[in-house]
Amino acid sequence: MENNNASNLVEVRSVDKWFGDLQALNGVSLDVPAGKVMVIIGPSGSGKSTLLRCINYLETPTSGQVWFNGEKMTSDQKELNRHRAEIGMVFQSFNLYAHLTILQNITLALRVVKKISEKEAETIAMEQLKRVGIVDKADKMPAQISGGQQQRAAIARALAMRPKLMLFDEPTSALDPEMIKEVLDVMMMLAKEGITMIIVTHEMGFARAAADEVVFMDNGRIVERNTPEGLFNQPASERTKLFLSQILHK
Amino acid sequence: MMVEDSLTAAQKIAIRQSRRQRLRTRLATFPWWLVVIGILIGVTLWLITESPTYSEAFATIRTGMIVTLTITIISYAISLIIGLFTGLGRVSANIASQNIATLYVEIMRGIPMLVSIFFIALVLVPGMVELLALIGAKFSELGLTGIGASLSSLDNKAISMSTRAVIALSLTYGAYSAEIFRAGIQSVPAGQMEAARSQGMSYGQAMRNVVLPQALRNVLPAIGNDFIAMLKDSSLVSILAVRDITQIARLYAGHSFRYPEAYTTLSVMYLTMTMLLSLLVKLIERRLSNNGK
Repeated sequence: MENNNASNLVEVRSVDKWFGDLQALNGVSLDVPAGKVMVIIGPSGSGKSTLLRCINYLETPTSGQVWFNGEKMTSDQKELNRHRAEIGMVFQSFNLYAHLTILQNITLALRVVKKISEKEAETIAMEQLKRVGIVDKADKMPAQISGGQQQRAAIARALAMRPKLMLFDEPTSALDPEMIKEVLDVMMMLAKEGITMIIVTHEMGFARAAADEVVFMDNGRIVERNTPEGLFNQPASERTKLFLSQILHK
Repeated sequence: MMVEDSLTAAQKIAIRQSRRQRLRTRLATFPWWLVVIGILIGVTLWLITESPTYSEAFATIRTGMIVTLTITIISYAISLIIGLFTGLGRVSANIASQNIATLYVEIMRGIPMLVSIFFIALVLVPGMVELLALIGAKFSELGLTGIGASLSSLDNKAISMSTRAVIALSLTYGAYSAEIFRAGIQSVPAGQMEAARSQGMSYGQAMRNVVLPQALRNVLPAIGNDFIAMLKDSSLVSILAVRDITQIARLYAGHSFRYPEAYTTLSVMYLTMTMLLSLLVKLIERRLSNNGK
């Protein structure tokens, strides 16, 4: 049991999470092999975001274990900071540092956490901004650019840390419809580059195209896990069928 | 022809009405109160230059200016440092620092400033000195005569009333500014701290680099107003016989019986300083809101 399967970058083992009297996660286990793209879908309140936040310990599981890169996650702050530096996270509401330019948003953690010199950090930041296609916004403040550009900047900020794993928590849910594609395009590019990603999303078209596997969650449990074709075309459980019919308007 | 004439007549009325409207809003938004204050200050200035009793009162009271300003600035600086750390304690997850910070804030906020100045200057400071002397005596008994002697040689009277006034004002205002800092920190959305922590920053690094810079920008106007309030409340130290402008005015009025001269001059001196400072705060505020986004 303590032996970690080396091919898995993330292993979640029977995690429970309680918020007061509310059980958000109920015995969730999930392994994510390195290099794979895992998409988590499910109705709101099903525990998808909580599961994601338990992986980098933004939420501490009430019980159960999370393994990352062959090491067990604990609440030890030093260890936690070391692990988190290798786990990029992209939030629904971007959470760019509001008082810093886009460039400074990216260089801050490089300097403070990775102790990289300012000059080198700026080079890395510009590379990542080029990668997500907003090099010209480097000197803008977050509030001066569109939501889609902000989210791409947030992805660049996460990528600049050279993470082993990327977590996406509903990255397009707060965006105007016309800006969703530019963010999904960037994520698709990353998926093709072989970065390990766990993505919570309602974008079923993206899930179908980008995911190696899709997980359906409901009521704090994993109901079903399959390839996108399998899950979308032949859902095994009635609950999955119902959810898909509702979300796809079939 | 008729139609054109009547149109221009209607337009004329419309123009006249809109002009009247504009005048009315300008009159309504004009700061009449500021004019009155300006006149008050002007008249007093005129009295000071023209009337010998007023000019004597001003020349006397003016000598307390350095004390008032020194006490205000030093107490303010110390209170900001106390306030920042207490504010951080208030939002901390550490139960001990949270409770200590809250205890301090609640005690200081629950006591009138006049009373806490008496208490700190006449009970707390002498008590501390006595405590240090006791510790010094213990050290001496243990053979550490060096530290022992220097601690017990601390004399209650060596701590001047001005110093006690600064301690009292700093401690009182530290509690007030702690609440401002706490509100400022809490006004920064939780996502900012989360994003920083998710990148591997420690709580302290995230606080210093992400949360505090945004919190400080939010509270700068309130912190500026605190300086103005401190300037006014520094007058309370006159009850410790510290020779600030208030104390000197009291003494002057006491032996000359020129109450109108003393207290008009004193009031207008405070009013002038606070008006100028609040103008400065407004300027800073405007600059911040322009640069902010």
